[in-house]
Amino acid sequence: MAAVPSLDLVPGVLAGETRAIARLLTRAEAAEDEGRPALDAIFRHAGRAHVVGITGVPGSGKSTLVAKLAADIRRTNRRVGIVAIDPSSPFSGGAILGDRIRMSEVCGDPGVFVRSMATRGALGGLARGTLEAVDILDAAGYEIVIVETVGVGQDEVDIARAAHTTVVVSAPGLGDDVQAIKAGILEIADIHVVAKSDRSDAKKTVTDLKSMLAMGPPSERSGDWQPPVLATSAVSGDGVAALREAIDAHRAALEASGAIVARRAEINERRLLLASEEALRKSFARQRDGHVAGLLVALNERSLSPHAAALRLLDALRKEDHS
Amino acid sequence: MDSSRQAIRVLIAKVGLDGHDRGVKIVARCLRDAGMDVIYTGLHRTPQEVVDAAIQEDVDVIGISILSGAHMTVFPRVLELLAERRADDILVVGGGVIPDEDVATLTRLGVKAILLQDTPPDAIVAEMRRVVAERGAR
Repeated sequence: MAAVPSLDLVPGVLAGETRAIARLLTRAEAAEDEGRPALDAIFRHAGRAHVVGITGVPGSGKSTLVAKLAADIRRTNRRVGIVAIDPSSPFSGGAILGDRIRMSEVCGDPGVFVRSMATRGALGGLARGTLEAVDILDAAGYEIVIVETVGVGQDEVDIARAAHTTVVVSAPGLGDDVQAIKAGILEIADIHVVAKSDRSDAKKTVTDLKSMLAMGPPSERSGDWQPPVLATSAVSGDGVAALREAIDAHRAALEASGAIVARRAEINERRLLLASEEALRKSFARQRDGHVAGLLVALNERSLSPHAAALRLLDALRKEDHS
Repeated sequence: MDSSRQAIRVLIAKVGLDGHDRGVKIVARCLRDAGMDVIYTGLHRTPQEVVDAAIQEDVDVIGISILSGAHMTVFPRVLELLAERRADDILVVGGGVIPDEDVATLTRLGVKAILLQDTPPDAIVAEMRRVVAERGAR
């Protein structure tokens, strides 16, 4: 079988056809040159969806919450795209993508499209091709696109530079109030969620978060928006509708204050820079062969430092470019 | 690892009233260790859910583990649903405890490989690679 050209999939994506969407998502993930014109065309049709990032530590309840949230959004007659990211093995490159286990609630609903992606060595909580995947679901007519990051630690904040609304999920029993004033993911939240609120220690987590947030100056990222702290329970369903309302309220606030324009521009700038870096990295990987071995000898003899050798390598590649 | 090579995507499912998931988790793990992207959907799925998920995930292979004896119902139904959705480029592979005569019937119906309970991990990986290579690009 010959592979279907990516460009042939674009009309199907724009018409909302599941198979075309799924196939093009695979091409986005592969990030090969063949797929670029199709993804470029998709980008021109995207830009209508509200992109919601859901992040938090592993096991905090992100996947379960995403499924409940998607089901709630469906009650408002909007279609939901979900990109769920799980880590690749640093050793084999393989991955077990298990977010769907908790999403059976929305499985089979044609208004919900769930796609699992592996990080493939990308850091920062997102997978390569995530933003193109968001474009595809956006262009296919999904009004809300939820990106569920890998379980993150304290420093994986890429999602905030890719989403219009960022939700940070915490869970009870994962550390004291000092964790909450450390720098990092708590700072990127437009909305805080304490999941598993049916647990007895959840109230304390909510109180801790609220008091820590009250100490600092309001975030500048969202104009006058004050990030709320919501408690949700996947067991009872409590708080899920409130989360959906908070996401809609945040979107309305961004639009009312005009902050949405700046946020969209930030996202685009970041994507431009990332795409440039990716292109540089690819051409570097292609060109460097044949230049490395000689420098490596000098490095191993310690007559040259890694940094000095790198400068020489780049210099040699630049000269090759111009000749 | 070469991050530009597209990994084989496999959806691994347990269908129906069958809670024995130790084997399926071992299979998922060994496919992961062979560099594949493995989507595990958990227990008690219906054929419809499996096919819906496989199409959205655009997997190369659906691997269904059955230890409940319902294989002669489940596999034909999955194949039928894939054909209805014009998604029969998604290959179906089975695993579990399945009598020889049923293996022959299921293979004739279009199940690409059936890996019985004594299949070593390397052979599972090799079979996955073989069926995807035989299908070719799509």
